[in-house]
Amino acid sequence: MLKVEGLTKIFGGLKAVDSASLDVAEGRIVALIGPNGAGKTTLFSCIAGFQPINSGKVTFQGKDTTGWPVHDIARSGMVRTFQITQPFAKLTVHENIAVGAYQKFHDPSEAWEHARRIADQVGMGAQLEQPAADLTVAGRKRLELARTLATSPKLLLLDEVMAGLNPSEIIEIIEIIRRIRASGVTILLIEHVMQAVMSLSEHIYVLSYGKIIAHGAPKEVVNNPAVIEAYLGRGAAEQMAQEGSHA
Amino acid sequence: MNDNTRSIGWPLHLSLLTLAVMFPFVFSSPFIVNFGVLALFYAFIGQSWNISGGFAGQLSFGHVVFFGAGAYASTVLQLRYGMNPWLGLPASAVAGAIVGWIIGFLSFRAGLKGSYFALITLAFAEVLRILVNSVGFTGGGLGLLIPAKPSMANFQFAERIGFYFLILALTVISVAVAVWLRRSRFGAQLAAIRENEDAARALGINVFREKVKVMVLSGAMCGVGGCFFAQYFLYIDTTIVFGVDKSVEMLLVSMIGGAGTVYGPLIGALLLAGVGDLTRVLTDVQGLSLVLYGTLLVIIIAFLPNGLIDLFKRIGQRFKQRGA
Repeated sequence: MLKVEGLTKIFGGLKAVDSASLDVAEGRIVALIGPNGAGKTTLFSCIAGFQPINSGKVTFQGKDTTGWPVHDIARSGMVRTFQITQPFAKLTVHENIAVGAYQKFHDPSEAWEHARRIADQVGMGAQLEQPAADLTVAGRKRLELARTLATSPKLLLLDEVMAGLNPSEIIEIIEIIRRIRASGVTILLIEHVMQAVMSLSEHIYVLSYGKIIAHGAPKEVVNNPAVIEAYLGRGAAEQMAQEGSHA
Repeated sequence: MNDNTRSIGWPLHLSLLTLAVMFPFVFSSPFIVNFGVLALFYAFIGQSWNISGGFAGQLSFGHVVFFGAGAYASTVLQLRYGMNPWLGLPASAVAGAIVGWIIGFLSFRAGLKGSYFALITLAFAEVLRILVNSVGFTGGGLGLLIPAKPSMANFQFAERIGFYFLILALTVISVAVAVWLRRSRFGAQLAAIRENEDAARALGINVFREKVKVMVLSGAMCGVGGCFFAQYFLYIDTTIVFGVDKSVEMLLVSMIGGAGTVYGPLIGALLLAGVGDLTRVLTDVQGLSLVLYGTLLVIIIAFLPNGLIDLFKRIGQRFKQRGA
């Protein structure tokens, strides 16, 4: 469904993303993980059209979307959330979600009704009239999710929707993401919360210093020496293997 | 933006309209009717500013550029080409819309936002003022005098009450546009753009196109205001219809009343016209009204940052709480 080939993004002298390639099959939940500063959010921004890329190609549903304006990419069904939440602060939760809903429903009453359904789906049904500025971190993350979901996307790009949430909130949002996938939406997510990554995703890509260093099924990837080294430092994999054999 | 207009709705609109219709019959003195005309005129051009500045958050300091374009377009067409002045209304709307499109297209293509956009609109207004001043067919610095020939067909009512009902009709249309913006898809997209352009874009809104559209709409409305002004005062020149003070008045009316609300500009306009007339009647001090506007603005920004309309909302809420 989404195919990224050799995507490179250079900031000044820094290769933030270095010929990264990845594939997201329809109906899947795919995770993109990596240490802080690996370039995950930059890669997301490039895929969603927020940043022009230096080389590479992004194909979404067979269409080459490289260089498309953000709103055209979003309308084609690939919608992102922001790691640092970007609520429409002075609007209510309902109005925020309705902005997303208006992408599909042009009639106001239909859009508002759709927004209400989406709010219920992400557990914000009781907060509809609250201004977005008054929400907690967890509430804002949910609102990001709800707003994008209201656009009826085909592929959701979720950028750390669980950061800053407490364990019970994480369990709730994992459940919500499962339901979203069950409703037929493909998901590519950046996440640091490994509990979520392991329980949700079917395929994981690991980004380190802008390069995809490993990918595969979750179990494979977390035991991959290159991945362990990327997170814990050079030699860490070897040490862990030794400790494992002593035990 | 949790405006009460959605819940109050029609009863409020209708009762205000009834009051406005009765006004010139209750107070028939020309002075008071003139006050009504001016208040509604400020409400109308304030609303035109509010459409782009309040609803879409594109703060303009040079809205007078549309006003002047409309005033000159209709007057030049009337005086030089003998067009019926009534056709000046649509002609001025077209002129305002075209100028709105040009300014919107150029400044938004260049990515100008916030104070940069405000400054560029100010610059456009000055450029157009100087241009109009330096070409012949606009009468240059002498301005244009519309000969007084009172007749209905001529857009010159013998009684001020005719102008009153014309500007009332225009104001009703402008309020209807504002109500529509509060409820429509276009309005929701503008609110999203005002609050956060990146997030709006991420949700699939073509930010550039919607912003240009709102400048066209606002420009057209403001242009009609210019046409009305020319026909009411029968004289225009560049300092009057391209002057910075008109831009400031539109902005003040909207900000003082409550930017981004349906009735904000109306409240602001009543206050502005009221203060202006009162100071003229009660004192001889030139420019005292400007001093008072400034003071009012400071007080309102300090205590009611969302405008005077907030005061009404608070009172309304208190009543509701007491009732409950």
